Amino acid sequence: MSTSVIETSSTGTSALEAARLVLARDIRLALRKRGQLVQPLAFFAIVTTLFPLGISPELSRLRDVAPGVLWVAALLSSLLALEFLFRDDAQDGTLEQHVLSGQSLTWLLFAKTVAHWLLTGLPLAVMAPLAALSLGVPAAALGGIIAAVAVGSVALSLIGSIGAALTLGVKRSGALLSLLTLPLSMPVLIFGARATELAIKGAGFAPPLYLLGALAVLGITLAPLAAAAAVRISLE
Amino acid sequence: MIYPCRESMPERRLQAENLHLWRGDRHVLRGVRFAVNAGECLQITGGNGAGKTSLLRTLSGLMYPEEGTISWCGSNIRRDMQAFHADLAYIGHEPPLKPDLTARENLRYWVGVRRRLTNDEMSRELGRLGAEQWSNRPVRTLSAGQKRRVALAGLLLMAAPLWLLDEPTTNLDTEGQRLVGTLIEEHLARGGLAVAAIHHELTISAAVIRRLELSSK
Repeated sequence: MSTSVIETSSTGTSALEAARLVLARDIRLALRKRGQLVQPLAFFAIVTTLFPLGISPELSRLRDVAPGVLWVAALLSSLLALEFLFRDDAQDGTLEQHVLSGQSLTWLLFAKTVAHWLLTGLPLAVMAPLAALSLGVPAAALGGIIAAVAVGSVALSLIGSIGAALTLGVKRSGALLSLLTLPLSMPVLIFGARATELAIKGAGFAPPLYLLGALAVLGITLAPLAAAAAVRISLE
Repeated sequence: MIYPCRESMPERRLQAENLHLWRGDRHVLRGVRFAVNAGECLQITGGNGAGKTSLLRTLSGLMYPEEGTISWCGSNIRRDMQAFHADLAYIGHEPPLKPDLTARENLRYWVGVRRRLTNDEMSRELGRLGAEQWSNRPVRTLSAGQKRRVALAGLLLMAAPLWLLDEPTTNLDTEGQRLVGTLIEEHLARGGLAVAAIHHELTISAAVIRRLELSSK
């Protein structure tokens, strides 16, 4: 029988390394469950394609509604993926192990939210120009649209993480998640659509983009703390 | 905060004082009190619904009791939960494994968040549990007993002095159940502590095992 003394801290993982592992794990899992990964993107593509069919094929009319269409579609697509953010981890005991890991839960949940953004927000920002072109947006505006969707989706992921954590213990949480998240996402929608509109008109879109950035920074500061508190409550 | 007894094994002690826990209108834990010292195992017994899992979750800090305190090495665990959790390994009813990852990947991500792991360490503990040969298969292809063995390998790899185990022998064959007894005995001999909710007799020395019966009334 072994008589060696138990070492408890000599090989402890740093917070940064722990976050990297959580990020890597979520990305690996998502790549193995591609259906879940493609769902929000396909939804975004279909919704933006339906509008020309429903409104008018006239490009000038589509161009006018493009900011609203792009942002509402982006918002609903990100919402679609949010339901999965913590649900599987809660069901299989991974979240419990995160709480008991001796690492900061806030930090680990932030890493999970970053993974969520990389897997849904960033692909939406890459897809947005294609959708914008189908709505008659000039090519010169695409840079501004990519920037606005990229920054805005960071805020959406962070706001959504609070809703996802709050609805963890609720069965069929989709509707409740929408009710919690959509009102909080309104500022992102307003400033995102404004930045997109200004980019389409060829005007300076920096002010609303900065406000989107400010919302993202506010989200980075507060959302992981709120999500961690909500996860602890739901695990009780 | 560093626990005063972190460097000296014999002072390790888990103590529960007058724990009361309510779930809705159900009084689940009624004044539970005990103390477990280094080298001792507390076996929690009781019928279904007696509160064994609730007690383990309360001890781990996942649930907050309405009354009472839990101390680890003389300090209330609420004073520095993160440091307490660094000393704790908890395995619940279901092994915390991702079906789409292999056993090795699961261990790397699950235990790796707590402490750095080498491939050799993983191979050694998986081999110890008889899980080495299927460690590169996705967990969804493993049987319940095989998953339990992977979870037990994770428990060893965590190298934590305090084990909280909820039915650790579930789904294991007779040889696996004996192995759990051996692992707990070795853990205690190294100065560790264990609290296990388990129905049948553990195959460990009576000198190091104490029992706590929970009533379902």
